Amino acid sequence: MDLILPDFGLLFWTALVFICLLFVLTKFIWKPILSAVNEREQKIAESLELAEKTKEEMKALQAANENLLKEARAERDAIVKDAKETATKMVEEAKQAAKTEADKLMASARQAIETEKGAAIAELKTQVAAFSLEIAEKVVRGELSSNDKQKALAEKLAGDINLN
Amino acid sequence: MIASSKFKLLIFILLSLFTVNHSFANEHAVEGTNHQEEKEFNVGEMIMHHIKDAHEWHLWGGHDNSVSIYLPVIIFDGGMKTFSSSYFYHGKHKTVFDESKKEEVDYYEGVGPAEGYALFHEKIYKLEDGQIHLAGEHPHNEKVNDFSITKNVMSLFFGAILILLIMGSMAKFYKKNGAVSPKGVAKFLEPIVLMVRDDIAKSNIDKHKYHKYVPYLLTIFFFIWFNNLLGLVPFLPGGANLTGNISVTLFLAVCTLLVTVFSGNKNYWSHIFATPGVPVVLLPIMIPIEVVGILTKPFALMIRLFANITAGHIIILALISIIFINKNVAWGGLSVPMALFISVLELLVAFLQAFLFALLSALFIGAAVEEAHH
Repeated sequence: MDLILPDFGLLFWTALVFICLLFVLTKFIWKPILSAVNEREQKIAESLELAEKTKEEMKALQAANENLLKEARAERDAIVKDAKETATKMVEEAKQAAKTEADKLMASARQAIETEKGAAIAELKTQVAAFSLEIAEKVVRGELSSNDKQKALAEKLAGDINLN
Repeated sequence: MIASSKFKLLIFILLSLFTVNHSFANEHAVEGTNHQEEKEFNVGEMIMHHIKDAHEWHLWGGHDNSVSIYLPVIIFDGGMKTFSSSYFYHGKHKTVFDESKKEEVDYYEGVGPAEGYALFHEKIYKLEDGQIHLAGEHPHNEKVNDFSITKNVMSLFFGAILILLIMGSMAKFYKKNGAVSPKGVAKFLEPIVLMVRDDIAKSNIDKHKYHKYVPYLLTIFFFIWFNNLLGLVPFLPGGANLTGNISVTLFLAVCTLLVTVFSGNKNYWSHIFATPGVPVVLLPIMIPIEVVGILTKPFALMIRLFANITAGHIIILALISIIFINKNVAWGGLSVPMALFISVLELLVAFLQAFLFALLSALFIGAAVEEAHH
């Protein structure tokens, strides 16, 4: 029966110790522990949130980068294409110009040649005329060196005239 | 310096109260009542003696060559009287004849400062005509107000110091390191603190109100758990059946009752005095039932803890007693493994009972602060 009857002395000491313990633990131990744990939990939650946010930002940044890269690539392609076109055009133009120049040169050369040729021919003609005159002189001189020859010639010429 | 010398003086006084005393046979031939030797080993008596409170802390040895720490006796009988309990245990051994059981019952009559008092089954009575008079099993002599530092009170102090030291070192870690991941003792205890906060408080009490009750639940949980574990240690700082003592469980249950009653909101009281959906005619029957219900809940807490812990102590002692009943060491081969098994089981029970007490307290508080459902 003693076993299930409360003892007043022990009850008193239990109450005293428990209440002191409750007070001391609450004030000096549970509060710092719980506040530290709460603070840490909050920190972890915030860090997780931040990480998530950063991840999203990174994703956005990556997308932006990709876009930028794409744009840059497109721009580069356009520039290269443009450059190529310009180069081709320039080459074409250069070729054209060269051709025109060459044609011009050829034409002027041809003209010069023609002129020279004309001059040469004219000179040749003059020369030939001079030679012909000389030859004719010499021939005439030869033909007319003797009387016979003069007579023969005259006859021949006369014959020619007759024949006409 | 003054404070420390005062402290030393206090320690000295306390130590001088706990006088370790070897009692030798020749010193002990008082009254010549050496009949204990002839008595058969009584398991029930031995177990009951161990699970009940005592004014000495028995260390080792039996009968006349036992070594004990004699704890201070503090009684109020027309003013406070303090003396060592050795004035009882080394006083006069006397016997009185119990008519109801038809057998002689031993008790100690105090000497020196304990003159005029008797220690009968660890309870202090005033002697009448220098004698104890039995009425049935119990003396009808006047009991004195006994506020002694008994074995259980000592164990209570040890438990409180242990909790303060261990939880204090945990708190120190956080104070020093701030909100970092726990290390050392904090790493081991933090999950348990969090378990009390989350699984006991948060899941049973309204989430806006649970904060207020977490310190109480933590204190209740660690108080019961540490003292349960201390009770399982078979030597000095442990071994007392503190949490298996009805006074302790009664106090803890009353605490929960008071917290519940003072936390009760309008909704809680209206469920008790005007249970919704119950016809007014039935209220005279319902109200007493509900009022009894307030009391039965903590009553169950009190009985559950008391019975579980006391039963654990009884089982271990009974298993060890097998050796002494059979008077053969070989029986240790059976009783020691069984006692070991039960001890390990008791480690689980120690935690489980602390958890249950805190959980049910939280459940009752949660019901008391719950808002009405609309």
